[in-house]
Amino acid sequence: MTDKIDIAGATTSTTTADAAGAPSPAATSPGAGATRRDVLKGIGAGAALAAGGLILGPGFVRYAQAQSSAPIKIGFQVHRTGIGAAYGRWYERTTNAAVKLINEQGGINGRPVEIVAEDDGTDPRRGAEVIEKFATQHKVDVAFGTLFSHVVIGSAPRAGELKLPYFVVSEGHHVASTKMNRYTFQPGITDVRSQVISMAPWIAGNLGKKVTMIYPDFAFGYDHRDYFSEAIKAQGGEVTTLIPVPPTETSFTRYFPNIPMDTEVLYHVMVGPAVLTFVKELGEHFGSQRPELFGFIDSLEAVDLASPGLEFLEGTHFWEGYPRYAGANPSAFDTFYREKVGVDANGASVSDAADISTYSHMFGCWETLYVLKQAMEAAGYQGPADKAKLVEATEALTEFAESNEHPQGAKVFNGKIHQVFGSQSITKVTGGKAELVHKTSIEDGMYEPEGDYTTMAL
Amino acid sequence: MSAPAIAAPRKGLADKAILLHVGVLALLLAAQFVLPEYHALSLTRVMLLATFAVGYNLLFGYTGLLSLGHALFFAAGLYGAALPAYHFGWTAPPAFLAGIAAGFLVALTVGAVALRTTGVAFMIVTLMFAQAGYLATLYFGNVTRGDEGLVLTDAVRRFELLGLTVDLADPGLRYNLALALLAAAIAITLVVVRRPIGRVLVAIRENEARTLMLGYDSYRAKLVAVVLSGTISAAAGAAYALLFAYAGSSFASIHYSIYPLLWTLLGGAATVLGPVLGTLIMFYLIDLASGFTTAHLVVVGLVLVALVLFFPKGILGTVRERWLPWLP
Repeated sequence: MTDKIDIAGATTSTTTADAAGAPSPAATSPGAGATRRDVLKGIGAGAALAAGGLILGPGFVRYAQAQSSAPIKIGFQVHRTGIGAAYGRWYERTTNAAVKLINEQGGINGRPVEIVAEDDGTDPRRGAEVIEKFATQHKVDVAFGTLFSHVVIGSAPRAGELKLPYFVVSEGHHVASTKMNRYTFQPGITDVRSQVISMAPWIAGNLGKKVTMIYPDFAFGYDHRDYFSEAIKAQGGEVTTLIPVPPTETSFTRYFPNIPMDTEVLYHVMVGPAVLTFVKELGEHFGSQRPELFGFIDSLEAVDLASPGLEFLEGTHFWEGYPRYAGANPSAFDTFYREKVGVDANGASVSDAADISTYSHMFGCWETLYVLKQAMEAAGYQGPADKAKLVEATEALTEFAESNEHPQGAKVFNGKIHQVFGSQSITKVTGGKAELVHKTSIEDGMYEPEGDYTTMAL
Repeated sequence: MSAPAIAAPRKGLADKAILLHVGVLALLLAAQFVLPEYHALSLTRVMLLATFAVGYNLLFGYTGLLSLGHALFFAAGLYGAALPAYHFGWTAPPAFLAGIAAGFLVALTVGAVALRTTGVAFMIVTLMFAQAGYLATLYFGNVTRGDEGLVLTDAVRRFELLGLTVDLADPGLRYNLALALLAAAIAITLVVVRRPIGRVLVAIRENEARTLMLGYDSYRAKLVAVVLSGTISAAAGAAYALLFAYAGSSFASIHYSIYPLLWTLLGGAATVLGPVLGTLIMFYLIDLASGFTTAHLVVVGLVLVALVLFFPKGILGTVRERWLPWLP
């Protein structure tokens, strides 16, 4: 689950070696247009330009405008490369669509919003560096948009130290655990603990009470294991078998014999590219005699449910943060949101039906930006000097009604733990599409707060 | 059998080399007062990672042993410091020492086993050790929080020392601590490569059979190199965890075995300052290129290809070959 920056860079250099290598003989051979002296001059000029760029980088350009008309700058920490790239692409599209709309509606406090995007390579080290760049070079007002938990956890300490409000869209439990800091918020997407516990009542009531869990053997999987085990017990059910799968695994056949015969529900949450193999091998193992299957859509975000190899999922159930398929009766808010972001009724790009969105997560970018707008307006935010006021104004928010600004549904915000709570959807795969069968209440996903950020110093 | 005497470098050249290194460190010391905030913060991180690369260079550049497992040593330091700080509330100084001790022990163990092999086999064995270490950080997820990692609280990073309150979140202090660590790594490397042990390491790199025949215990010399290299790398890892308040298993992944190799090759293997320059260039290459294009990895790749074409021995390696033969 790490970046591929330098490895990918090295690979790129290998694949482009011929193209780059071609000019060198010409540059050094007698009679050619360019001499070594020219090349050295060129390198010198390049170095001077780079040094110039270093000195006159964006951080040093001073705004001539009065502060009232200067844009509000939002640093967007985006996974453009590395394992999160598919998510990052859609996070970026959603963010750009929301910012366009916010600016059309007059911006925030009368000022336009400007997105400053930086690739974090889905890597915690680069993530922390990007936060430093936002705070001290771009001098953004807030940082925003991170998805992968390890990048959030690697970056949050720096955001806290630099006193840069940091609005993540990660669904991790890290923010709500109150182990981050006063400046880190998750107001646009629910956390994994809330998602998992709100599934338990419906699973126990409709699918069965004897559950086997297959989950990745790392932190994300442990959240599922711990919170679901506890929640299903409260419903009179039990997790009879736990099957952790190492993240490096590429074949899963040897794990399936561990699933007990009397299992009623197989709860699976597999992330990463091996999910297609996982489903195919699961089908080969069970044939037509399978227990009920319940999975988290995370593994199939940006993947077409009608892909060859996924036929075995027909008739099985999924958690979705926000149903990808619009269904027969979408809300007016959902239709509005799809149109603005450029997503069709099947959750694919309007310009390419094969380009499937990360629909269950990316709405978090849209909603977070509107929370930010609301908080900045409540704080009368004028510039970086008002960051503490912005933190307090965000903590004071309590509810968001279902609307164009919050198309996924109504939400409740807990300012003490900086985390939002909302409803979840359970869908059933029917004819290669996921149809909504149940929507949880917000209360289903509530739990006792684990701490209180508001007592920490600003 | 007594070891034959090895000629010391000529005094004039030695002075020049020491002057250069002291000059570079003085420049880094002065840089914090003139650099804009962002570059001072970036340089802090670069200096820590450069310390890692300097440690790597001792083994790869001077001894000629290509390790693909240095992420293990970096991670040993990282977790050696972070785990006691996170679980037992140790403050930074003892946690830092614990990180160094963990790196020393891991390097000694890995070295003792891996040095039974040579060449490609050494590369593979170190790689396997590092992969085992990486998977261990995931396997013991209950302790390490695996890929998500741990955040160290401010409490362990703020402590009393000689009556003064030290806060590792202070950017100025952090810069100077990173600089001190880098200076120590450079000084150790300089001392080692200029003493008989360093000459033996270079001799092993050039011709191990001949070195053995001359009466040197090459296994012991190589073990010293692995342990020194691993411990310096671990010190960088421990400092990284404590200064930036985060430890996660991505720092134990294969990338962190490749990075120091790349930085060292870029700056010039077997030059003391090469890894520092390589780390600095790679950082700014990615940082600047990503500001101009979303396809920044292509730019990084092209620049690396160009550097390999024009500086086949790394930047300082080529500089030494062509212009400054006295460069250590």
